[in-house]
Amino acid sequence: MDPAVALDGVLRDPRIWRGRAQGAPARSPHPSGVDALDAALPQGGWPAAALTEILLAADGLGEWSLLLPTLAALTQAGRPVVAVAPPYLPYLPALQARGLRAAQFHVVEAQPVDALWAMEQCLRAGACAAVLGWPLRADDRALRRLQLAAETGSTLAFAFRPLDAARNPSPAALRLALDADRHGPRLRVLKCRGGTTPPRALPYVPAVWT
Amino acid sequence: MLWACLLLPHLALDGVCRRRPDAHVPLLLLEGRPPRRVVRDLTPAAARAGVRVGMPLAAAQALLPGVAHVDHDVRETQRLRDLLVAWAYRYSSMVALEGEDALLLEVGASLGLFGPWPRLERALRQELTALGIAHRIAAAPTPLGAAVLAAHADGTAVQAPQALRRALCAVPLAHARLPMDDVEALARMGVRMLRQVTALPRASLARRFGPALLDHLDRLCGDAPDPRELYRPPDLFEARIELAYEAHSHEALLFPLRRLTADLAAYVAARAGGVQRFRVWLEHEDHAPTVFEVGLLTPARDPASLLEFARGRLERCAVPAPVRGLGVQAPELPTFVPAARDLFDARPPEAMDWNALRERLRARLGEDALHQLAPFADARPECAQRRVVRLPHEPAPLQVPLRPTWLLPRPVPLRDAHVRLLAGPERIEAGWWDGGDVRRDYWVVETGQGQRAWVYCAAGERGPWMLHGWFA
Repeated sequence: MDPAVALDGVLRDPRIWRGRAQGAPARSPHPSGVDALDAALPQGGWPAAALTEILLAADGLGEWSLLLPTLAALTQAGRPVVAVAPPYLPYLPALQARGLRAAQFHVVEAQPVDALWAMEQCLRAGACAAVLGWPLRADDRALRRLQLAAETGSTLAFAFRPLDAARNPSPAALRLALDADRHGPRLRVLKCRGGTTPPRALPYVPAVWT
Repeated sequence: MLWACLLLPHLALDGVCRRRPDAHVPLLLLEGRPPRRVVRDLTPAAARAGVRVGMPLAAAQALLPGVAHVDHDVRETQRLRDLLVAWAYRYSSMVALEGEDALLLEVGASLGLFGPWPRLERALRQELTALGIAHRIAAAPTPLGAAVLAAHADGTAVQAPQALRRALCAVPLAHARLPMDDVEALARMGVRMLRQVTALPRASLARRFGPALLDHLDRLCGDAPDPRELYRPPDLFEARIELAYEAHSHEALLFPLRRLTADLAAYVAARAGGVQRFRVWLEHEDHAPTVFEVGLLTPARDPASLLEFARGRLERCAVPAPVRGLGVQAPELPTFVPAARDLFDARPPEAMDWNALRERLRARLGEDALHQLAPFADARPECAQRRVVRLPHEPAPLQVPLRPTWLLPRPVPLRDAHVRLLAGPERIEAGWWDGGDVRRDYWVVETGQGQRAWVYCAAGERGPWMLHGWFA
C-alpha cells in the first residue's frame, strides 16, 4: 500500500488522540439506517473494515432494518453482499422493496462449523462489500478471527448473536444490543471503539414496521 | 527460422519417477521379456552402485539387492510425450517430434513474445525441471542441427548457418542421429567425426551409403528442405496415474492429484484456454471406480486453484475401497478470459477475486451451498422466491403487499397468549393447480415480547396462529 495513504489512515483513526483538535474523525462511508444511532457513533456509521456485533433478545425486532439501507446502497453500487448460514430464509419480496439488489445478494448454506470458516473466508477475501453471519456458539477466539479477517479484507462484518453473549467481552469494534420493552424496540450501544457509549437506549422504530 | 530442440534422454524413466514421491531411491527401468530383462535406464542412485544400461536384471540385483524396478510401458511414455508436445505448444505454433526422444520447436517467431533466446531457454528449462523431466536444449537454424547439437553439447545456440556448420564440425558421428549401421560402417573406415564425413566426396559417399545419408547431411546443414509434421492440439485432456501402492486415505491421493491437476493446467495454458468442468476418477481393485465431477463457474487454469477445487471435492467424497489409480478427464476446454485487475489496485495482498472466493466456498461446502435468490411470480409466500446458482441480471421485484424480511422455511405454531393484531387480514388462496392448495388469512401481529410477526390462520378464522415470518 502507498505509505502516504497508510499514514493518512492512521491519523484519522478515532483511537489516535492528538493534542490539538484536528477536526472530526473520519466519517464512516456506511451510515446505518437509524439517524439516532449514526449520531451516537463516533464515525457516524458502521465502522468500516471491522466487526459489528448485534445482540438480539429475539427475532423480529428490526435487525434487518438496521442494515438494509447500507446493504441496499452497497448492492446498488454493484458490490456483493453475502449472508452466511442465515437462521431463516431472507425474504426477497421485502428485501427488494427496500432497495436490495437480488443480483448482488448471495446466501451461503453451511453447517455451524463451516459457517465460521465461510464467514472468515468471505471477509478475508476482500471481494465482498459486507458479510452477515449468525455464529451461534462463537467464542472470543472465533470472534477475534472474524475481526482480524474483516480488517484484512477491509470488509463490513456483521455478526448476529443472542443477547446472552453481552456478558462476555468481545473484540468487535461495535456492539449493539437490540431488545424490546413496553414501548417497542430499544437499541443500546454496548461498546464502540473510538468513542464513548451513550448511556441511554436509543429510540428505534424498524423501517420495515412503518 | 530458429529451431530449438528439447532432447529428453530419460523420458521413460522420468515418467516413472514423476509418479513416485521419493526421487532419490535407486530405480531401474527394464525392457525385454521376463527371462531376459535388461536395464534400459536407471536413476543416478542406481548408477552410483555400478549398475549400467544394458545390464541384465540379475546382474543389477546382485549389485543392488532388492532394488526397485519397473517394466517399460511404451504407451505410458507415449502419453507423457504427447503431454510434453502439448506443453511445448504454448511456446511455439510449430512443434514437431524428432524420433522417440526429442521435441522440436520453431522459436524464431516466438522470440518477440518470450524474449531473447537465453530467457526463453531459461523458461523452458525451469518448466521442464518443475515437470520432473531431464532435458538437454540447443538451438540452431535447422531442426536436425538443433537435435544434433542438443545431444552433443547442452545449451548450445547458433543462429547463422555458417556458425551451425562450424559447430557441427566438432560433433562426433555417434551424436549425428544417423542410422547405427552407417555410423558403424563409417567408424570402420576411420571416420568418427562429422567434419570428416562432410569432407568426403559426395559422389562416392552416395555410392557406398545410398542417397539417404547425403540427404541427412544436407538437412543437417540446411542445404536441403526439412519439412516436419507439426503437432495440432486435440480438444480433450485425459491423464491417468497408476499408483504403486494402495491408497487408503485422502492424504495419500493428494500427491498424484497434484501431478494430474498440474498437467491439466499446463495443457490448458498451452492452448491459451481454461477448464470449466473436469472429471476425476479413482480406480479400485475390485470395485467400480469412484467418479466425481469438478465444475467451476468460470474457466480456470491456475494449477493451485485447480488442485484446491479437486481436493475440496475429493475430501467430501466417500471412498469405498483402497485406490489403485486415478485419472483426470476434461472433455471441453473453453477459452479463458483472465480476470482484469486495476493497475493501481490498492486491495490487500491476500485478496482474491469474487469468482475465486465462490469457487473456494463451493469446493468445501458443496456445489449448491452458495446460491442466490430469485423472485418467482406465485401468490403463495413460500413459493415466491427460488434458489438459483447465479442471477445474470437484476430481476424485477414482485408487486406484493407488505412482506416480512424473514420467512420461516416451515410455518410453526405461534404459542403466545399476548398477540396483538396490527394489520390484516390478507387472504391468500392459491396453489390449487399443483396440489399445494393454500387458503389462509395473513395478519401482522405483535407478540408479547415486542416482536413483529407475520402469522396466518385458516381463512375466515382468528386462530390458532401459524408463524410464517418476522418483520425484522
